[in-house]
Amino acid sequence: MAETAWHQETVTVDGTDLAVIKGGSGRPLLVLHEEMGHPGWLKWHTELAREHSLLIPLHPGFGITPRADWIWNIRDLAGFYGRFVREQKLAPVDVIGFSLGGWIAAEMAANNQDQFRRMILVGAAGLRPPKGEILDIFQLMAPAELAASVLDPENTPEFDQLYGGVGPAAFELWEDARAETARLAWSPYLHNPSLPHLLGVIDKLPTLLIWGREDAVVPVSAGEAYNKAIAGSRLVVLDHCGHRPEIEQNAAFVREVKGFLS
Amino acid sequence: MHLAYFTERPYRYAPNDRIIEKGFFGTPNSFFDPAKGHELYHEYLDEKLLCEELGFDGVALNEHHDTPFTMGAVMDVEASILARITKKVKIILIGNPLPLGNPLRLAEELAMIDVISGGRLVTGWVRGAGSEQFAHNANPAYNREYFNEAHDFIVRAWTEPGPWRYEGRHFHYRFVDPWPVPMQKPHPQMWIPGLLSPETALWCAEKRYPYIALATFLEPTVELWNIYRDRAAELGYQVGPENFGYMQKVYVAESEEKAREIAKFDMFGGAGSGYSLFAQPAYNFPPGYNSKLATRRIATQFSDPNKKRTSSPFQAAPSQSPTRADVSAAQVDHRSRFWQESKVDVEATRKAIFDQLPDVLNSFGIICGTPKTVIPKLRVVMETLRPGIFILWQNDGPITRRDRENNLKLLAAEVMPAIREIGKELDLKSPYEVKPGSRPLAHSGKPDSVGSLEPWKAWREAHPY
Repeated sequence: MAETAWHQETVTVDGTDLAVIKGGSGRPLLVLHEEMGHPGWLKWHTELAREHSLLIPLHPGFGITPRADWIWNIRDLAGFYGRFVREQKLAPVDVIGFSLGGWIAAEMAANNQDQFRRMILVGAAGLRPPKGEILDIFQLMAPAELAASVLDPENTPEFDQLYGGVGPAAFELWEDARAETARLAWSPYLHNPSLPHLLGVIDKLPTLLIWGREDAVVPVSAGEAYNKAIAGSRLVVLDHCGHRPEIEQNAAFVREVKGFLS
Repeated sequence: MHLAYFTERPYRYAPNDRIIEKGFFGTPNSFFDPAKGHELYHEYLDEKLLCEELGFDGVALNEHHDTPFTMGAVMDVEASILARITKKVKIILIGNPLPLGNPLRLAEELAMIDVISGGRLVTGWVRGAGSEQFAHNANPAYNREYFNEAHDFIVRAWTEPGPWRYEGRHFHYRFVDPWPVPMQKPHPQMWIPGLLSPETALWCAEKRYPYIALATFLEPTVELWNIYRDRAAELGYQVGPENFGYMQKVYVAESEEKAREIAKFDMFGGAGSGYSLFAQPAYNFPPGYNSKLATRRIATQFSDPNKKRTSSPFQAAPSQSPTRADVSAAQVDHRSRFWQESKVDVEATRKAIFDQLPDVLNSFGIICGTPKTVIPKLRVVMETLRPGIFILWQNDGPITRRDRENNLKLLAAEVMPAIREIGKELDLKSPYEVKPGSRPLAHSGKPDSVGSLEPWKAWREAHPY
């Protein structure tokens, strides 16, 4: 498959030079990456880029975009991206957020649902799971965290390509990402106790929730909690799938996303 | 020279196999027997009384959390007792982990200890080991920021009459007026222990606080002294022995064999590769806790696909003490030999750790022997580093009470007088004799070094390994 061209641009938001990866054409889709950083341009990016112009901001402090030391938590970061969406005249934009990025999207929607046309949360952090706990990634070294994020690393296509492969360069970027994740969400850990209440304001934002049934990072019960908190949302749980449906169940993932956004 | 005594005060009955498999940190506290704990706490406090009787100038305490490695989970409790039961010795805290808690509470606790002791407190500050950040849920990515702000706040709370209001970045107090304030003015001395992180040495140079290296390899320690020296010169002063302290592990017995037999247990008290048993890598290197330089080294150690994993969790130990431009390297190496994804062969690992004893003795990581054989080696350390504070460190790991006491008494009776003589001969002034940062810089602006590798090199040449 021919790889869709992408490039990196810089957009200034509140004095921070935000790096944004752009690729594809069509209605913009804002992609909010997860706690280990942007995993690189993968097959699902290429597939969605045929119908959408993908905008992938690299979160401040995650190694590429400089840190903004006024951003203390995910609500602050949601405010930062709210300003990005407004200043780039993107609203109402489609958004897809993965794990920590899903949490950012949820906080943005709770702040102002009108900035989004449709919202997709994939294995999103942000809510305390009613059953099980969010994996404490900080009690693992980054390579072990990566391995825990999929059900079957050996048989997951593209697993070896994530972040360009495990090596010193990826490790250094992961440590930046993990450090910023710690700043944002060390305690309470990867969730906001107020969020279930804040999400109650959403009444007209079509929302799709995608979870792997065997998600070992954010248990599927958190997906059920999101489904309960957001009016009119739909939860799709994929079998034989961990925390990365986009590569573990690529076909089902792309089908669901395309169907929802069309 | 200030001569002090230190021991980790281990909980000696923790299961060694479990520690080899998983590390000290996180050993389940179901293994803690309060009746044994009662005996040990009393034994360790009694030891401090003995130290005073034997003529040490100070007794040093530290703290670690969630671990049988050290029983001083809250060393200020021990320090409080010592403030009352000792009469002369300095009570040296190396140190309180500033990022873990409430700096106002710490200012109060330490001021009480200083007042009760009649002004004998030396208060040191640490960032806390990586594992401590987990034990107390202190955000590791803000560790350095917490450290700096808490330090500045405590100094202010001790020196600026209250009440006043404080709105900082990480700490906020609407009413600061602690009773009491310290007896020593403007505040107790602060000695900063460390494992050769250059950032900490630079900070010490800026604050004119003595830096105490914790039994680190001699070569990078001299390099760190020079980093401190250069920063001091930029700030317009000449460093002297009073700016530096060193902790040396030392064991003494009636015979070489007996001394070695005791010292080998220190391999399970933090010496050599045994240090990597302190905690698993994920606990030693929490997110954002390390400098960029240290992270770069960790990155290579833990993610280089070309690096072959060994069957043992311990990578090959250095047969000689290293010389490196990057002084933080020794710290990273020390802490990262434990490979968490390997299955641990307990017996093989135990053997690997014990087998490293000759290397550790060779690098002076531990000095052991009869009084006659340890004194020349201690002289080499003192000539190489010229520390104004010399802290003798022993009795870590599962060493019996009898051996502990025998060791300590022999050390005091037959080694300490010689150390004092050498200290005088080398003119090693303590921070009580010369105020750190008070020596004027030469007109040329070029500072003199305090340490030198020559004595150590000469020893190595005369004693090939």
